[in-house]
Amino acid sequence: MNALTSFILILVVTGLAFAGGEISSCRVLLDVVLPYAAMAAFLVGLVYRVLKWASSPVPFNIPTTCGQQKSLSWIKSSWIESAHTKLGVAVRMAIEILLFRSLFRNSRAQIRQEGPRLLYSENKWLWLGALAFHWSMLVIVLRHLRFFVEPVPRFILAMDAVDGFFQISAPQLLVTDVVIIVALLFLLQRRLTDPKVRYISLFSDYLALFLLLGIAISGVLMRYFFKVDLEAVKQLAIGLVTFSPIVPASIGALFFVHLTLVSFLLAYLPFSKLVHMGGIFLSPTRNLPNDSRMVRHVNPWNYPVKVHTYQEWEEEFHDKIKAAGLPLERE
Amino acid sequence: MPGAPPKPEELVQISYDPPRADWRKTRFDFQKGTYCYSAAAKNLRYLDLPNPRDWQPYEADWKLPPNWKEIILKGMKERLEKFRSFRLFMDICVRCGACADKCHFFLGSADPKNMPVLRAELIRSVYRRYFTLAGRIFRGLAGARDLTEDVLKEWFYYFYQCTECRRCSVFCPFGIDTAEITIMVRELLNLVGVNTNWVLEPAANCFRTGNHLGIQPHTFKDSIDFAVDEIEEITGVRVEAPINKKGAEILFIVPSADYFAVPHYYTLLGYLMLFHEIGLDYTFSAYASEGGNFGFFSSHEMMKRLNAKIYAEAKRLGVKWILGGECGHMWRVIHQYMDTLNGPADFLEEPVSPITGTRFANARSTKMVHICEFTSDLIYNRKLKLDPSRNDHWKVTFHDSCNPARGMGLLEEPRYIIRNVANHFYEMPENTIREQTFCCGSGAGLGTDENIDMRLRGGLPRANAAKYVRDKYGVNLLTCICAIDKATLPTALEYWTPGVEVGGIHELVANALVMKGEKERITDVRGEPLQLGKEATVNA
Ligand code: HEM
Ligand code: SF4
Ligand code: SF4
Repeated sequence: MNALTSFILILVVTGLAFAGGEISSCRVLLDVVLPYAAMAAFLVGLVYRVLKWASSPVPFNIPTTCGQQKSLSWIKSSWIESAHTKLGVAVRMAIEILLFRSLFRNSRAQIRQEGPRLLYSENKWLWLGALAFHWSMLVIVLRHLRFFVEPVPRFILAMDAVDGFFQISAPQLLVTDVVIIVALLFLLQRRLTDPKVRYISLFSDYLALFLLLGIAISGVLMRYFFKVDLEAVKQLAIGLVTFSPIVPASIGALFFVHLTLVSFLLAYLPFSKLVHMGGIFLSPTRNLPNDSRMVRHVNPWNYPVKVHTYQEWEEEFHDKIKAAGLPLERE
Repeated sequence: MPGAPPKPEELVQISYDPPRADWRKTRFDFQKGTYCYSAAAKNLRYLDLPNPRDWQPYEADWKLPPNWKEIILKGMKERLEKFRSFRLFMDICVRCGACADKCHFFLGSADPKNMPVLRAELIRSVYRRYFTLAGRIFRGLAGARDLTEDVLKEWFYYFYQCTECRRCSVFCPFGIDTAEITIMVRELLNLVGVNTNWVLEPAANCFRTGNHLGIQPHTFKDSIDFAVDEIEEITGVRVEAPINKKGAEILFIVPSADYFAVPHYYTLLGYLMLFHEIGLDYTFSAYASEGGNFGFFSSHEMMKRLNAKIYAEAKRLGVKWILGGECGHMWRVIHQYMDTLNGPADFLEEPVSPITGTRFANARSTKMVHICEFTSDLIYNRKLKLDPSRNDHWKVTFHDSCNPARGMGLLEEPRYIIRNVANHFYEMPENTIREQTFCCGSGAGLGTDENIDMRLRGGLPRANAAKYVRDKYGVNLLTCICAIDKATLPTALEYWTPGVEVGGIHELVANALVMKGEKERITDVRGEPLQLGKEATVNA
């Protein structure tokens, strides 16, 4: 149900964009107003989100330790998974962010009633699918810089050369284009068919996937099948970033679909789970060093509490302490 | 009292595939054996907690204050502003499901709301409804739902089916720690007087007498004296066990079960024998006679109130530093919270072992050392005479307790000790030990009799791994460094994996330690006859 509603929503948006692209008076709206509005929502929303997180302090040092602590000199400590130095934490974070370290641990549990026996098996598919999707996404986003800057930076050209190593079509087939769609379809498939993941999935989980699929598919169609006027696209893009927008005559209906969905994504991102991008950097179970007995961590809102003092205790149990022959402060 | 739990064959009639349903519309009932009873009013009064009254979870009317909803929402707002962890974990879950089958309660019960992600969604849905723009506007479509009394009951049920073990957080790509969320929800529930007796009675006892069991000073002294006598009987050596001794070098803190429960008690014998043998200048405290901290299972504030005694007593007695015994959540509190809560401990010195001269630089700020760090340093420096063959009747495995593993990283020290005091040591499978260790199923204040069905379910993954080494290597002793493990794993193992006993690391030390002037040992510290006639391999 959630999957269907979100699918329909994306179809409707696509349809509107398609139709809008045909009507010249709508083009200003789609080409200029919408991208600016989306970008504004994205920036304001993201800054708001990050500031909101950052405004809550980290009262306790609570890393999840995934390896041996630093203790005695002759015991080898796990300097990354149980990092006690800044460098160790930085490396731990980098591995989490770039390689999805924790997801790599993933396993699958099954139960056999006879015995009973619990069986665990390797399960790296989620890790692989997630990594494939995110890296392709990153490469694709970077590649889009070509539309916004002139001349096109060297590293983007180099990236494309690697990406296009399967020289099987003209324009060159880019590996990331295939990978991102396959990976997204895998993630969607998983959400729909794994009963556990299906049970926890919300409307917004499907929405994110359909939205990204819509963007990727419309992009691919433009690149390989229904060519659009790239010069016009570049004009529009440079116009937008230099704040002197021009509305080109016609770029092609597909382009409007693509641009509209991207705008939707930008505006939606800060207000959805997609902000996990910013959140991972701040996660206190990962970005704190396991040094809490070495260095005192200060809680900014630490406040005095009511305690039961030794004196109160001695008073209450005075006679019993005495009878037991234990020392007293006050005889 | 609840009736006998169902048979193991019945308990495992489960499937990990949830039905196709909207979880927000599924209901549960308070079935006997799956929840803890409410906290007695007297305990709330003693601790100055709100809304003391008589009520039980299975009753329809929980006698909440009329403005309970306002209190909860205000409490949520306050905590979102005070804890970055809480706010972040409310926002960034992508519902990838990686944590789903990592929780021992899900693995044992297959109740989908025991998937860590869904446990968290129970409050996340309320967070969205009242604290996010999308949730306020789009409601259900944005995964939001209203806070109702039913939701509150659901929170009580499922956040007291989480042992705050942090296993889920090891697997989450963002490090989302459901334990942290459970801590927050339990704090919120406490604001309206919804709490369990198994958490608050120990907390009230600890506040008053100094320990969870409510043992008063004279009884504390008696039980330590009793242990001294027992050691003399077994070894022929008379040890000393000073209490409240001013000017001692070291204050020694243990969980109270060590001097009142079995098999903890054998570990206590081990500490006393060890300290005697190395001539340690230490003292127990009858005032700070508890290392464990059930306050931690109720709120940050209660944790601080109970924990304060340790530093206060160290200061009063004028010791140089503090040594701590075998306990799980006690060590999470000491390692990650104590210094922040009640420090700085600038009246103490950086811990140095008086026997080996080793500086415990890793504890230079908190000034408290774990007994396994201390003992492994003694063994490494060859200060102990050990005869591991006196543990030959044990085929040993080691269960990493959740908190020392995932909230501290104490993994090698206990293993090093075991290898030196016992000849037969076998590890359980990789994904059930170290940072991936499985909880006993009864931590965080859930280890009570009325909750037995749920405890056994939660204990299944651990017991199953123990069964693996029992069947493969003949393991008959599961060692651990946690008082709750020692109290509850015997029940779980007897149920799922009969034939495996539970013991502490320092129980094995007690058996292996060759003491000056001791008589020939005929039994181990449990009074079981030793396998004699074998040649002793002595490490010295
Ligand atoms: C620092 C950057 C980022 C990191 C470290 C990161 C990490 C992750 C991880 C570990 C997952 C869980 C695995 C999965 O379900 O695929 C995930 C899920 C996801 N991420 Fe990211 N991500 C980042 C940025 C982004 C961005 C910019 C987007 C796109 C707008 C995005 C979209 C998604 C989506 C849609 C999912 C859910 C996939 C599903 O539903 O199965 N991520 N991310
Ligand atoms: S592993 Fe983390 S992100 Fe994935 S569902 Fe669980 S809590 Fe959410
Ligand atoms: S902390 Fe432990 S008990 Fe709680 S949800 Fe996570 S795995 Fe389950």
